[in-house]
Amino acid sequence: MSWEVVIGLEVHAQLATKSKIFSGASTAFGAQPNTQACLVDLGYPGVLPVLNEQAVAMAVKFGLAVGAEITRRSVFARKNYFYPDLPKGYQISQFELPIVGKGQLTIKLEDDTEKVVGITRAHLEEDAGKSLHENFSDRTGIDLNRAGTPLLEIVSEPDMRSATEAVAYMRKIHQIVRYLGVCDGNMQEGSFRCDANVSVRPMGQEELGTRTELKNINSFRFVERAINFEIQRQIDLIEDGGTVTQETRLYDPDKDETRSMRSKEEANDYRYFPDPDLLPVVIDDDFIAAIKAELPELPEARATRFAESFGLKSAQIETLVGDVDTAAYFEQVVGEGADPRLAANYVLGDLTGALNKDSLEIAVSKVSAVDMAGLIKRVMDNTISGKIAKEVFEAMWNGEGGADAVIESKGLKQITDIGAIEVAVDQVIADNPQQVAEFKGGKEKVLGFFVGKVMQLTQGKANPGQVNKLLRDKLSS
Amino acid sequence: MSTLLPDFAEMARALRAGKVSSRELTGDCLARIKRHDSSLNSFISVYPEQALAAADAADKAIAAGSAGPLTGIPMAHKDIFCAEGTRTTVGSKMLDNFVAPYDSRVVSGLAAAGMVSVGKTNMDEFAMGSSNETSYFGPVKNPWDLQRSPGGSSGGSAAAVAAGLVPAATGTDTGGSIRQPAALTGLTGLKPTYGRVSRYGMVAFASSLDQAGTLTRSASDAALMLGAMAGFDDRDSTCANVPVPDYSATLNDSLQGKTIGVPKEFFDDGLEAGCAQAVQDSIKEYQKLGAVIKEVSLPNLAMSVPVYYIVAPAECSSNLSRFDGVRFGYRTESTGDLADMYTRTRSEAFGVEVKRRIMTGAYVLSAGYYDAYYLQAQKVRQLISDDLSRCFAEVDVIMGPTTPTPAFKLGEKMNDPVQMYLNDIYTIAANLAGLPAISIPCGFSQNLPVGLQLIGTQFAEGLLLNCAHQYQQATDWHLRTPSISGGVA
Repeated sequence: MSWEVVIGLEVHAQLATKSKIFSGASTAFGAQPNTQACLVDLGYPGVLPVLNEQAVAMAVKFGLAVGAEITRRSVFARKNYFYPDLPKGYQISQFELPIVGKGQLTIKLEDDTEKVVGITRAHLEEDAGKSLHENFSDRTGIDLNRAGTPLLEIVSEPDMRSATEAVAYMRKIHQIVRYLGVCDGNMQEGSFRCDANVSVRPMGQEELGTRTELKNINSFRFVERAINFEIQRQIDLIEDGGTVTQETRLYDPDKDETRSMRSKEEANDYRYFPDPDLLPVVIDDDFIAAIKAELPELPEARATRFAESFGLKSAQIETLVGDVDTAAYFEQVVGEGADPRLAANYVLGDLTGALNKDSLEIAVSKVSAVDMAGLIKRVMDNTISGKIAKEVFEAMWNGEGGADAVIESKGLKQITDIGAIEVAVDQVIADNPQQVAEFKGGKEKVLGFFVGKVMQLTQGKANPGQVNKLLRDKLSS
Repeated sequence: MSTLLPDFAEMARALRAGKVSSRELTGDCLARIKRHDSSLNSFISVYPEQALAAADAADKAIAAGSAGPLTGIPMAHKDIFCAEGTRTTVGSKMLDNFVAPYDSRVVSGLAAAGMVSVGKTNMDEFAMGSSNETSYFGPVKNPWDLQRSPGGSSGGSAAAVAAGLVPAATGTDTGGSIRQPAALTGLTGLKPTYGRVSRYGMVAFASSLDQAGTLTRSASDAALMLGAMAGFDDRDSTCANVPVPDYSATLNDSLQGKTIGVPKEFFDDGLEAGCAQAVQDSIKEYQKLGAVIKEVSLPNLAMSVPVYYIVAPAECSSNLSRFDGVRFGYRTESTGDLADMYTRTRSEAFGVEVKRRIMTGAYVLSAGYYDAYYLQAQKVRQLISDDLSRCFAEVDVIMGPTTPTPAFKLGEKMNDPVQMYLNDIYTIAANLAGLPAISIPCGFSQNLPVGLQLIGTQFAEGLLLNCAHQYQQATDWHLRTPSISGGVA
């Protein structure tokens, strides 16, 4: 039998506010445990939540970016359950009236076709703290620094039909929240994570199969692997005569498998009800208009503009605009006067390679956009060849200064003096009579040998174009 | 001389004239507490050193001429208000060891006005009760008859003020917890409009109903205290950003032509005859003061108790989840797993009534029952609120009894929660609608005080205090004191 896979994602994006969603404590990552939790975050008796307007603005920004309805009167609700890292015994979330309603976005599939994925809703909520099981032999430590950090939970329709589509969707959301500046997208730190609802059904069947929910997956790679594992597990189960149980499962990246956390029967009854400590969030036209006015250029618009103004290949554009910081870096390089095509090549080639090697984000690149433009300009004016440029870049990456300084100190300036090149060419021809004979006998390939020898003799500094021309002239005469 | 003066105005005059110091006033309160509270049990904590230090500071301010009308006057706080560095128990074993790390808005507001807090008063556990018998620290006795309850949940505050231990105290009112004890002990008890006084630092029982207020001898005292407690506070999202008027300035306004609505439903079979008589007489007194009396109707009043006992437990079941033994308060000695720790901690530290309400609340919010109970209750709550709005289209103030009976005997209703809950039949509606209400002494039945309740429109505290004050100018019920107090003025 052939199976159809149905996937819906719940993406949790930590909003990049300075303070928490209901208190004034800092949201900065990595502080000493429990140093960024105030009395509100600790759920002390008598303290009350006060909504951070910035979190509301960010949620609305996201809603507008995916063409969603903005709920004019949304309501915070309490989700009640006991857990040590949930100080109040309830999480303030939104239930019946989320701030962002139905929206959609378009993902690009591997075969270059496009697919529209529906967004059901997005709601604001507070994050819980962390339970620390390591370093405590028979106890559990609680770190409440994260408690109260604002989250936007973005819920998709069950529109995805493969793990690849799910990843494409997740990447797209990641790209949008980064472009909007509402989430730093840092998956290692947990700022961007997702739950996946996965089910399978016989191809052609209308009714959905029983789904399982895969919890807290924090990398694109794991999303793909977790979903693929789960799909296979469900198909195997059904084909062996079993049935899928509705349950929550945890993905274990070390073993590359999912395992049951709790079944539907064990699931909490969260006893949602509107939080009486918070007033409904009323959003008026002016608020929406103000946010609309400050919406940045989104990936699609930027891709179109790059294609129109820079004449780049579509694959290059896709990679450049794929990450907001990369796109910004590229634009700055071009803005400094670098040729767009060369800029694209260097950013996506040498620079990306170096960043990957050192595991660095482009935002903290060791070669600034201005310096990168400086390097490209020396290629453009023939001061150095493309080959030498690689060496110069490497030196720049290692902190040896800007392009001009490196070229100067290493003496890498290209030899364009025709007389100097001619001396080298004459010597190479004189030294290699056998190859000269071969060339004259019609073996064109040997030209490469001569170019190599000349470059060797000039330590790579001869202008390759001039070398080629001179060699041809002399050998053919 | 006795420092027990009848009202704040006279105390302030005596303080300014140098006839008495705040240290003396405060010292006398501490002495009376020491002498009488073993029989009343109205205090959970008393802070003599802290109080005397604050009194000295007040005396300095008075000498420096920078005193306000409340400077140097002693008072007590219901033990539901967090006060930095002091134990705040909420009448529960759960918080027996809890020292608040910050001041509530009510505490800081009254301290800033110069009032001197001598301690924290007893109360029903987590403010859940109408008799003060659910307190972990034992029941409070009514100073008028030590066999009887002073009402609850602000019973400790009421008993302490009625017995003359302190001139005034704060309270909180979720379904009548200020007005009912005020009625049963012969005091003036004011529950302001929901949102008038910040709830910041007040341990929550039912967030959409809780409101802080005052227990005083007179309306003029309440006017001064409310002025220091009320006002916008950005730490409470439900606190209203409405200017605070000078409540004292309108106390003497004439009641000529004011219309008073008397709901016929307030005079049902459940109302004890002596109470009915006292209330009817006081309504006649208002006619003499120039007010026009009109009969009105609150057809859904009978629903207020059932609605309240769905909404309040629902909210409390969630509000009290934070008491889990993890970060503060009581934690069980037993070392089982996590679920075991929660279960034991909460089983061991919450009392019977609190558990009853948590379970009721969890039930009405649970999947499959939410619509039938919680949602339905919210709809009926709106109907009750609409009834009141309709009345206020015709009248300025609604008037009636505060409680169906005078103070009942301790132990009398503890085994019948429904009878206990019905004690709040006349007071709950104002909480459900978020309206201000006041109870003032209006006579006696069976030699026990009877309360008259006045309900106003949103933020009409000024009018309620005006009406109460005019009545108190014409009558002396508010000056009657139980023998234990040794008489006032």
